[in-house]
Amino acid sequence: MSDMIEIRNLTKRYDGVAAVDDVSFTVEAGQIAALVGTSGSGKTTLLRMINRLVEPTSGQVLIDAEDTHNLPGYLLRRRIGYAIQGHGLFPHRTVAQNIATVPRLLGWTADQIRDRVDELLTLFQLDPAAFRDRMPHELSGGQQQRVGVARALAAKPDLLLMDEPFGALDPVIRAKAQDDLRHIQRQLGTTLILVTHDMEEAVTLGDRIAVMDKGRLVQYGPPSEILTAPATPFVRDLIGMRERPFHLLSLTPAHAIAVDGDAPGAPIARDASLREALAECLWSGRSAVPVEGGGIVTLAALQAHAAPTARAAE
Amino acid sequence: MHARLDRPGLLFAAIGLAGLALPLVQFKPNRIVLGEGMTLAAALPLGMPLALLLAAVLVAGCWRSSAAWRLIGAVGALVGLVLALGGSAGHLTPPDNTLARVSPSTGFWLTGLAFALMLADAIGRMRPSLPVRWLLLAVAVGLVAVVLASGILDGVSVMREYAARRDIFLREARAHLFLAFGSLGLALLVGLPLGVALHQARRLRGPVLSVLNILQTIPSLALFGIMIPIFGWIAANVPGAAQAGVAGIGVFPALVALFLYSLLPVVSNTLTGLTGVNPATREAATGLGLTSTQVLTWVLVPLALPVLLAAVRIVLVQNIGLAVIAGLIGGGGFGTFVFQGLNQTAMDLVLLGALPTIALALVAGIALDLLVEATSRRPKGT
Amino acid sequence: MTGRLLLAAAVLFLLAFLLTPTSFAWLFQPVTRNNAPAIYTQTPLWSLTLSHLALVAVAVIASTVIALVLAVLVTRPAGREFLPLARTVTSVGQTFPPVAVLALAVPVMGFGAGPTLVALFLYGLLPVFENALAGLTGQPPQVAEAARGMGLTPRQRLTQIDLPLALPVILGGMRLTAVISLGTATIGSTVAAKTLGEVIIAGLLSSNTAFVLQGGMVVGIIAVLLHEGFQALERMAAARTGLNR
Repeated sequence: MSDMIEIRNLTKRYDGVAAVDDVSFTVEAGQIAALVGTSGSGKTTLLRMINRLVEPTSGQVLIDAEDTHNLPGYLLRRRIGYAIQGHGLFPHRTVAQNIATVPRLLGWTADQIRDRVDELLTLFQLDPAAFRDRMPHELSGGQQQRVGVARALAAKPDLLLMDEPFGALDPVIRAKAQDDLRHIQRQLGTTLILVTHDMEEAVTLGDRIAVMDKGRLVQYGPPSEILTAPATPFVRDLIGMRERPFHLLSLTPAHAIAVDGDAPGAPIARDASLREALAECLWSGRSAVPVEGGGIVTLAALQAHAAPTARAAE
Repeated sequence: MHARLDRPGLLFAAIGLAGLALPLVQFKPNRIVLGEGMTLAAALPLGMPLALLLAAVLVAGCWRSSAAWRLIGAVGALVGLVLALGGSAGHLTPPDNTLARVSPSTGFWLTGLAFALMLADAIGRMRPSLPVRWLLLAVAVGLVAVVLASGILDGVSVMREYAARRDIFLREARAHLFLAFGSLGLALLVGLPLGVALHQARRLRGPVLSVLNILQTIPSLALFGIMIPIFGWIAANVPGAAQAGVAGIGVFPALVALFLYSLLPVVSNTLTGLTGVNPATREAATGLGLTSTQVLTWVLVPLALPVLLAAVRIVLVQNIGLAVIAGLIGGGGFGTFVFQGLNQTAMDLVLLGALPTIALALVAGIALDLLVEATSRRPKGT
Repeated sequence: MTGRLLLAAAVLFLLAFLLTPTSFAWLFQPVTRNNAPAIYTQTPLWSLTLSHLALVAVAVIASTVIALVLAVLVTRPAGREFLPLARTVTSVGQTFPPVAVLALAVPVMGFGAGPTLVALFLYGLLPVFENALAGLTGQPPQVAEAARGMGLTPRQRLTQIDLPLALPVILGGMRLTAVISLGTATIGSTVAAKTLGEVIIAGLLSSNTAFVLQGGMVVGIIAVLLHEGFQALERMAAARTGLNR
């Protein structure tokens, strides 16, 4: 089972200037926390302090109540998965060798490693027989990214850190990659901390969102809370006025607000988001759409859910 | 305390202190016999205090200090070292003795190396701007010229060799410069158009470049040698050639050999420079209605200039060095002294040829590096 | 393909010429004058070639080893302070003419193979060092970040990531060193080293173009072979990494 991560008063100063300033928060086991902020907000530094690629000036990181400082940095990093923008695959090693990096460091047997590589490739929808022996430069961008994440998960880490993992992908592949990641994360139950500058990505993936500004944690909470009750003007700007109702709608699956009734036309999927339901209504000119497995979602209900008043009981 | 130690400084101190313990000069009753080594402390009346002063600079360099102080210390020490060399030559040579030779020895070279490294390190740490680096180069050249002109070093063996053949030296210096710069000029004259032509004619690139590549692999000694009979034949068979000064022995074979060596860098860099220009830039130029000649002269050549200058640097430095070989085939230049010296085992004579060659190559290399940097105008940080 | 055939032909021709030089006398006869000998026979050409190659090999291996060690040292945290200095020394050092270095080594080493070896070694350090430095510092930043992030120790990063990735560039440095050394070694004969330069110098002294040509030809062919051989190795190493350098 995966672990709870607790970050306590974490601070990093460079020449007296705080890049990360007294940040504390907790990520429950199996959850996804998204660190959002503009560039220079300290989100990447914060992430890199968790696996001690950056040594904190002060503060602690606890994994399952155990202070990570008691472990040498490189041993700690072998326990924590790490995937970065532009994948960082080793260009001189095959896909299988890349994925096997940490298991090899940990001294797994050749059989264990081979099984694990095949298992991961299958999980990421890459045929092991076809991909095992390819070199990274022979893969497409999306495939490279998947191998990068597979490599980070190879030694079954309980915690996975990702720094803009989808930053180098084009929008279509990116949406699919986010979807896959969410499924795989749910399946494995890995705790995940993810850095992104894209609020949409944070809302789609995060169980919790941490908003960073100038090294400080300005707000930490579930996406709905961030969207409906932004703590500072900065958070509101980051969400974007034009986008916020749609972000809000994207948090809820259609079946959650489905009511009994009949509506014409093709149904939408049960766990399609309300945002998709709205898009479908607007495009087809319907005032309600049926949901697979029974019930309908009405335009009026969608309207109610797109406003913060519907959620925050005033 | 430990944290404030400067590691490069420790290295320089180790080299320099070893140098101070070794003989500064070699005293020889005449220029052929083996001499007797003398340390700085023993070679001069004030040698001991001077040696201690130099040692103090070296030891002080072991601790962190500002680059400017290190620069001043290193320059001061180098000047002091050269003065000590000149002084000990004057002191050790008996009056009116023209046979005795005082030549710089291991200690001088090692100590000099230590301070030169300290100087280079200090300049590197100061990250001086381009104008300041030009200034530093000018000051260094000026300083050497002043020291040589002042007569301080006249007692040192190399300078005595120079005094004994001042006229020949000047002639060979001119010949050396003519060989290095003349071959560069020829290479530019032929290589630039050839590079542009190859840029247009893709198909010819491979074959032409391989021929030039193979030319480059012929050992210099052989290429110089092969030129002799060729020019001998031209002198004998082409009407008017002999009258124009073409001969199998002399400057022409050397010049042409150096020219052939220079072609590859010039042609391939011209090509790299032209092909290296961002296709979008070229596309834009064409899109604005420039003719292909205008694209070449207004856009491609200015953008390719740093790469072209880099070729000039390669060729010039290479040819200044290779021109030494001309001394073996009667082509003149500083090589004449080097090979004469080697034949007579007179090291002072070798130095008379080698030191100016090295100095020339060094100055040319640094100056062209600065030029390349000045023309590349790259945005900072890339 | 034609390139490979030409190279194979060059190897065969070189071997045949070195083993039975006299059977190629007809080739060089036309450039001799006054019935001078067409083939150099004072010392067998194959033995000069071997000692020439041995000299170059020892120098190249020695400079590669030392240059690699130095490049690794100055790119480690403990040696970082030396990096700017090392860069300056390399670029300045390469302006020193090899011939001058050779001549200056004589007073220290005396005549013979010694000064040649020292000059080749010193001169050979620079290209390997420069390239190794470029290779070790020029890695894609994400690769270094990923390696560190996965818990490779500094030593593991050096041996498993940095050095393998720098291999093509290091080989490029070795190629430069080998080709320069091969040419410079001929000049070693002026200070009495046993190299093919002996043939060329004999030709220069006796105005026998045939000697000059055959000495130059053997060195030239070997240089082309070395150049091509190293380039093939570089291509193999680079293709494996998929990095276009």
